[in-house]
Amino acid sequence: MTRLLIRGGRVLDPASERDERADLLIEDGRIAALDAAIETRDAEVVDAQGLWVTPGFIDLHAHLRDPGQEYKEDIASGGRAAAAGGFTTVACMANTDPVNDDPAVTRYVLGRALQHAPVRVAPVAAATRGLEGRVMTEMAALVDAGAVAFSDDGNTIMDGEVQRRVLEYAKMVGKAVSVHAEDRTLVKDGVVNEGPISTRLGLPGNPSVAETINVARDIALAEMTGAHLHVAHVSTAGAVGLIREARARGVQVTAEVTPHHLTLCDDMTLGYDTNTKMAPPLRSARDVEACVEGLCDGSLDAIATDHAPHAVYEKEVEFSAAPPGILGFETALPVVLELLRAGRIAPLALVAALTCNPARVFQLEGGRLARGAVGDVTLFDPEREWRYDPAQGYSKSRNSPWAGKKLKGRVVATIVAGELVYHVDRGVRDP
Amino acid sequence: MTFNCRSLLSIEELSRDDIELVLETAWRMKEVGQREVKKVPTLRGRTVVNLFFEPSTRTRTSFEIAAKRLSADLVNFSASGSSLSKRESILDTAKTLDAMDPDLVVVRHQVAGVPKRIADVLAAPVINAGDGAHEHPTQALLDLMTVREEKGEIAGLTVAIIGDIAHSRVARSNIHAFSKLGASVRVVGPATLVPPDIERLGGAAAGAVKVFHSLREGIEGADVLMALRIQRERFAGALLPSVREYAATFGLDRARLRFAQDDAIVMHPGPVNRGVELAHELTDHRPSVILDQVRNGVALRMAVLYLLSGRSSLPAPPEAQSE
Repeated sequence: MTRLLIRGGRVLDPASERDERADLLIEDGRIAALDAAIETRDAEVVDAQGLWVTPGFIDLHAHLRDPGQEYKEDIASGGRAAAAGGFTTVACMANTDPVNDDPAVTRYVLGRALQHAPVRVAPVAAATRGLEGRVMTEMAALVDAGAVAFSDDGNTIMDGEVQRRVLEYAKMVGKAVSVHAEDRTLVKDGVVNEGPISTRLGLPGNPSVAETINVARDIALAEMTGAHLHVAHVSTAGAVGLIREARARGVQVTAEVTPHHLTLCDDMTLGYDTNTKMAPPLRSARDVEACVEGLCDGSLDAIATDHAPHAVYEKEVEFSAAPPGILGFETALPVVLELLRAGRIAPLALVAALTCNPARVFQLEGGRLARGAVGDVTLFDPEREWRYDPAQGYSKSRNSPWAGKKLKGRVVATIVAGELVYHVDRGVRDP
Repeated sequence: MTFNCRSLLSIEELSRDDIELVLETAWRMKEVGQREVKKVPTLRGRTVVNLFFEPSTRTRTSFEIAAKRLSADLVNFSASGSSLSKRESILDTAKTLDAMDPDLVVVRHQVAGVPKRIADVLAAPVINAGDGAHEHPTQALLDLMTVREEKGEIAGLTVAIIGDIAHSRVARSNIHAFSKLGASVRVVGPATLVPPDIERLGGAAAGAVKVFHSLREGIEGADVLMALRIQRERFAGALLPSVREYAATFGLDRARLRFAQDDAIVMHPGPVNRGVELAHELTDHRPSVILDQVRNGVALRMAVLYLLSGRSSLPAPPEAQSE
């Protein structure tokens, strides 16, 4: 029997609205006790004095690039980076090579994860074969193999009927459909948010209305079909407003927002740094504000990283040719803690967006600290300052707008099923 | 007075003093081009590289003549095609070039921002010879030079820039340039070709830019009319209905010219689509100053090459330098 005692930390469990100093005991992978003071022998003790103790973070949106693009990331390196960022479960997108549109690929991902990743990996399978937006995948078989949700992610399904049928079918198999909502006919070759910044830079603009329009379409289809629509990486005020209204009238729509869309504006792109190129693009200050409000009032459920590794040389090209996306795991916590320090969001609400909310959205284990729950726990020091150097990080890639920046707040330990898989002083312990 | 920028990447980043220094230097250089032996030894032993990723004849030739009149060794490095098609990063190209120790590098690229990214890794100063729809600073400087030659003072003039503003680096550079020197700038074009928030361009003089979708209103009382080249591919998509409609609504001809000031001049960065943005009869003769722009371009580029070459003082009078 393995026993791990986390002693003396500030325990925050949004599912039970607990925020108090307490000890936490994990036995055989599950939480055995949570009390003001636990006395026990034969347990490995983790000193949590001065630290926040929360359920392990759950990321609904990551790209592990495995199989097929292991030069960017693989399940082992991505899993280590996730552990170092405090994530105990990561949902990985299907745009691999081959695409995860077949149960064999889903099983490959889960098998690799079991052997090589220190954290739990939850595969999101493709909604249509080859992410081509035409023929839906064998969703029942994919669910049997372990798929937790369906998404064509960046390959937005533009055909309205296909989107409708995907939602209907996914509802039948009891899973959410996650959408990268962007009308591609409006985005065209747009690479930065359309507005004063795109005009100044002379780069093709991506209008925010491209997102709003597809969110409106998908909400209408979710309302019609009764399916669970999950809107990935919301970036516009328009989308936040539509999601808020839809939820108010009972549509089953959930949403996630990234740390970068909560904190960075399109003016970051003024130096043409390709590490500020994402999809959707960084938006205006007004959109960022709307995303923060949406997170605070619960219109947006979860913070998801959209961890998107790309090789250095792939980003060292002209802005239009660079692949969109940035690393997310290792910087997520300090970046979103900015909102807490600015007094924009309450501690429990912020922790909920990283834990119990994403667990609920994709029906995943974890996300709470209660007797009998899985022993997935994250410990962090919200005050600890450090300089982020992607070369010293665990990801194989380095594409981050926070490279070289001083960040405040650092994950100290990550515990998966009662095993200490990461400690800031000792690094990651592989399975 | 010294030039405060290591590279010339945009007009946006130049101070008024920098602009004045370039113009003043260009006047001295212009005299060299009027001599029988059009050459001074100022940049002897220096290597200038024309790094053109996008095909260009006019601008490349203008830089080439400018460099040769200053006795620099000029090398053309044509690297057409994007990183994507070549599977080579632009920074690799730049680093390769850097290892050959050029003294000045002139960069043109079809994507905005590339000259800046190259300048970040090169030891040598970089001159932006046009990047996507971002900037074309030497074009705006030669336009300032030409307008000053014609009008004397720039402050107080009304300059109308007409046509495809959205895709034009010449428009952006000129908005910055004329705003910085105190002119009021109007952009005139179809609603589909005027980018959002263009009024906010122009830095300290923000608000000096006004947008018009009517040619008549846009050029009313203007001192300078600058027509932009409209690319044929704009008529293939959703932006414009036809060449004929564009010419009828935004093309300049003698009849429309009467809405502008009596002594208004007509400019164009070239090459002109005759009969589209400019009527044939307006292209070759006054009030068109298109060939003066080209002529001034060589002198202006000599000035920029000279100022960025690290020479700290103005050149001696050309007479004393000739060999």
